[in-house]
Amino acid sequence: MSYVYEDYDVVVIGAGHAGCEAALACARLSLNTIIFTVSMDSVALMPCNPNIGGTSKGHLVREIDALGGEMGRNIDKTYIQSKMLNLSKGPAVHSLRAQADKLEYSHSMRMVLENTHNLTLRQAEITEILTEDNRVTGVKTYSGSIYPCKAVILCTGTYLNARCIYGDIIHESGPDGLQSALQLTDCLKKLGIEMFRFKTGTPARIDKRSIDFSKMEEQKGDEKIVPFSFTNKAKDIEKDQISCWLTYTTPKTHEIINKNIDRSPLYTGNIKGTGARYCPSIEDKVVRFADKERHQVFIEPEGKYTNEMYISGMSTSLPEDVQVEMYRSVPGLEKAKIVRNAYAIEYDCINPAQLKPTLELRNIEGFFSAGQFNGSSGYEEAAAQGLMAGINASMKILGKEQIVLDRSQAYIGVLIDDLITKETMEPYRMMTSRAEYRLLLRQDNADLRLTKIGYQVGLIDEDRYQALLMKEERIEKEIKRLESTIIGARKEVQEILVNLNSTPLTTACSLAELIRRPELNYEVLKDIDPLREELPEDVIEQVNINIKYEGYIVRQKRQVEQFKKQENKKIPDNLDYNLISSLRIEAKQKLNKFRPVSIGQASRISGVSPADISVLLVYLMQYNAKERE
Amino acid sequence: MKSDTIAAIATGNSSAGISIIRISGENALSAIDKIYKSKVKNKKLSEKESHTIHYGYIVDEQEVIDEVMVTIMKAPSTYTREDVVEINCHGGIVVTRRILETVLKQEIRLAEPGEFTKRAFLNGRIDLSQAEAVCDIINAKNQIALKNSLKQLKGREQEKIEEIRNVILRDIAFIEAALDDPEHISIEGFSEELLNHLDTNCNALEGLIKSSKDGKLIKEGIKTVIIGKPNAGKSSLLNILVKEDRAIVTDIAGTTRDTLEETIRLNDITLNIIDTAGIRSTDDIIEKIGVDKAIKLSQEADLILYVLDSSVPLDENDDKILSLIKEKKAILLLNKSDLGPKILVDDIKEKSSHPIIITSFIEHTGLGDLEELIKKMFFEGSLTIHEDIYITNERHIEAFKNALGSLNMVRDSVINQMPEDFYSIDLMAAYEELGKILGENLGEDLINMIFSEFCMGK
Repeated sequence: MSYVYEDYDVVVIGAGHAGCEAALACARLSLNTIIFTVSMDSVALMPCNPNIGGTSKGHLVREIDALGGEMGRNIDKTYIQSKMLNLSKGPAVHSLRAQADKLEYSHSMRMVLENTHNLTLRQAEITEILTEDNRVTGVKTYSGSIYPCKAVILCTGTYLNARCIYGDIIHESGPDGLQSALQLTDCLKKLGIEMFRFKTGTPARIDKRSIDFSKMEEQKGDEKIVPFSFTNKAKDIEKDQISCWLTYTTPKTHEIINKNIDRSPLYTGNIKGTGARYCPSIEDKVVRFADKERHQVFIEPEGKYTNEMYISGMSTSLPEDVQVEMYRSVPGLEKAKIVRNAYAIEYDCINPAQLKPTLELRNIEGFFSAGQFNGSSGYEEAAAQGLMAGINASMKILGKEQIVLDRSQAYIGVLIDDLITKETMEPYRMMTSRAEYRLLLRQDNADLRLTKIGYQVGLIDEDRYQALLMKEERIEKEIKRLESTIIGARKEVQEILVNLNSTPLTTACSLAELIRRPELNYEVLKDIDPLREELPEDVIEQVNINIKYEGYIVRQKRQVEQFKKQENKKIPDNLDYNLISSLRIEAKQKLNKFRPVSIGQASRISGVSPADISVLLVYLMQYNAKERE
Repeated sequence: MKSDTIAAIATGNSSAGISIIRISGENALSAIDKIYKSKVKNKKLSEKESHTIHYGYIVDEQEVIDEVMVTIMKAPSTYTREDVVEINCHGGIVVTRRILETVLKQEIRLAEPGEFTKRAFLNGRIDLSQAEAVCDIINAKNQIALKNSLKQLKGREQEKIEEIRNVILRDIAFIEAALDDPEHISIEGFSEELLNHLDTNCNALEGLIKSSKDGKLIKEGIKTVIIGKPNAGKSSLLNILVKEDRAIVTDIAGTTRDTLEETIRLNDITLNIIDTAGIRSTDDIIEKIGVDKAIKLSQEADLILYVLDSSVPLDENDDKILSLIKEKKAILLLNKSDLGPKILVDDIKEKSSHPIIITSFIEHTGLGDLEELIKKMFFEGSLTIHEDIYITNERHIEAFKNALGSLNMVRDSVINQMPEDFYSIDLMAAYEELGKILGENLGEDLINMIFSEFCMGK
């Protein structure tokens, strides 16, 4: 029997990293919000790697924070080790990564959710999305209760029709043995939504007491840590950190894998989903890179209150007996006791080409989706989409302008644009190389790029906004001062320069010019610059980067201008590409499939040539003129 | 819209008496002032009235390139509604190209295919109702340009470009893989290797630019294909024309199984001559490949030389060939006249309207007639080389230069000890630029290369 239970503005399905951000955003924007999860114990669960951030993913977390999301604050509360990667490279690729206490991370996020006004948590499986005239009207649970609503945000992660596989063993379950959601896929297919089947995997967890760490290299966290959240100061969150450990596979490991490769479900055909190339299983790595003598294996703690250790670099779906033998062939793991087996997981997800840039389905109004369900992978990618889906569902209900970040504004923009524009045939992972304007999209300036937007949306409070304006002003003022302060070739200046291994001046020059020298920076020039005011560290960082890399930054900004012009040329929703006879057939098909919102987006679709874009421009001009008449 | 200034050769066929180079955009007038000299006194064309024509010279620095007539048309009453300058010069490949090169030195870029029309449309010069037609022009011209870009590139040169591109892509992929997965992939010491690659690639690009300028890169002659049944004397014809023994000539039918290509000059006309395998029904797989290729080549040819052995009667293979070349420009050579003809001119005339010449390659007779006929066809205009060829070459040069510029910037970044992530930016620009020549988009090349070449973590 079904019956109406309660009305809500927004229903969020799934309480993983996407669902949590989506629900928090909606509730904080004063919408009456309910979040469903198949298990209250799996809120913000980290079923795979025990860390948040990393290359380009760290950028996403900082962007989420700059917009008023939760992930950054939550990892700052619950981290057990923090590290800035790529410090020897340029500032654009510095990436923050923190090891998390998984249990604390989940608990802490659950407490935030439970204590957020306007937000209801409910343990139940949603089996049906209710629609009328291609518009969402509500959802129905397994027990038959109906929750009418204005918008649904679907964040089912890897739970839809999930099955976990190793060797010839198949569990019909979600990650970590949690209940999967078996009925929703049929409903989605009935709604005309195209589904994909993807695959991912996780390594075994091993009991810390069975590991010989003396055979491994210790991997400590940074002494000077950087918080993920712009609202935190380093000194406020400093704590004793826990180490990770590095070891390597051996020829024996590879031999064991090669000997048993025919028992891998990938070879026996038990796995049908598409896996990701960037996170290959160990058997993949050994087969595909046969000439590599060894692979790195990082042993990472799962948390403070458990002995489980995550064996990073050795995810596998080989049978249990092979797993034991294989792990024990690694130095330090000779006596390893497995707590949880490694497994591959297959799940249903959507073809994201069906989404608008707002993450609303093109064909069903009020139906938003985010996270791994959209064909991405990773906690951070999920959270970023969850936040944007939450913001846009809210803006839609509130009758305000929706927010689409473009590729020049944020990694989040790159992520969503790639998802909806490229033919993603594998789980999508963020990478810095996907961001063509990455010099501008640094993790250090996420607040300067996005906090104003968060404020405009309503997720950033007045204090934080005012602090940002002040920061902006200080940066600008200091850069101007450095550009206009001229230093003469005085004796003491020359001495200081020589001491800094820099060449003496031949003529007078500005402080900014000195900062641009590869061997110098803002900080070391203190003695030449006595008039300098005491400035906060984050301001100094911006001043230094902006001056040092000015040439490159200016060039990228020029490219962005060109890019924006194309993005601003909008394509009407209802354009029928079949009517444009000079478009090549392939272009017509692709444009009809992806339905780009702008000329810029159209130009990024594979199979649409520059000539097609010219044709489209000419056609649009005629079209717009006709519309005006 | 792009408001920069563009130029292109507006007349297609360079063997015509006059060529026109058209310039459109803001800098059109200031540019012509810099490269135009009048005969008597210094006059500035930019100050002259619109829609006037002026006699004078085009000069590059001090050197006079050609005697020209220049038409000045000021916005908005022009084809594109922008300032337009048209330089009328004395046809001829070399001169036309030199003038275009001189123009392109003046902060003017080469027009994209169909761009004048596109501008005319976007500036409201062409009626909106003609949008469809404009779309067609743009599309058609782009397709031709792309096809020509590849077709006119010699196979060896194309390989060179692909090789350079591949090295660049691999370098980017390595840098990016190391940035993405710093704990698994170390980039230490890579700068040295990169500098080596840059040196090699810059040299190669400079070589390509030079040979493009010399016209060596493109096949700019009349594409002439020799076809016929096996052992009719096709290879002998090529040898005679080239005056060297390039093709293997034997008495065994079916010796030329692949194709051979040579460039020869008849006075001012360049012929790209391709010898093909003899066409006949065959069961030999390798021979069949040659036959198929011959058929395909004959369909792309500007001119076909069909060699017949007149000492054997016509058969169904001849009928097949005749129908194959029916719609093409072709000359029929009735060879081996020394052996006593079994085929008469009248027999052929019933089946074909192409001109016929009687030859004996062994006795060197009839070849003078052949040369005369080709020249006649060319100068009467019934035989033309592909019109976009010079434009294609300019486009290639531009792409090479841009790529070289980008690689030099990478070198600067390395020398200035910039962090490695800065290298990718300009490496990628160079990669994309070279892709334009091959008509290839960037797409997922990089991501694919990263994953196929480097073992990423997790």
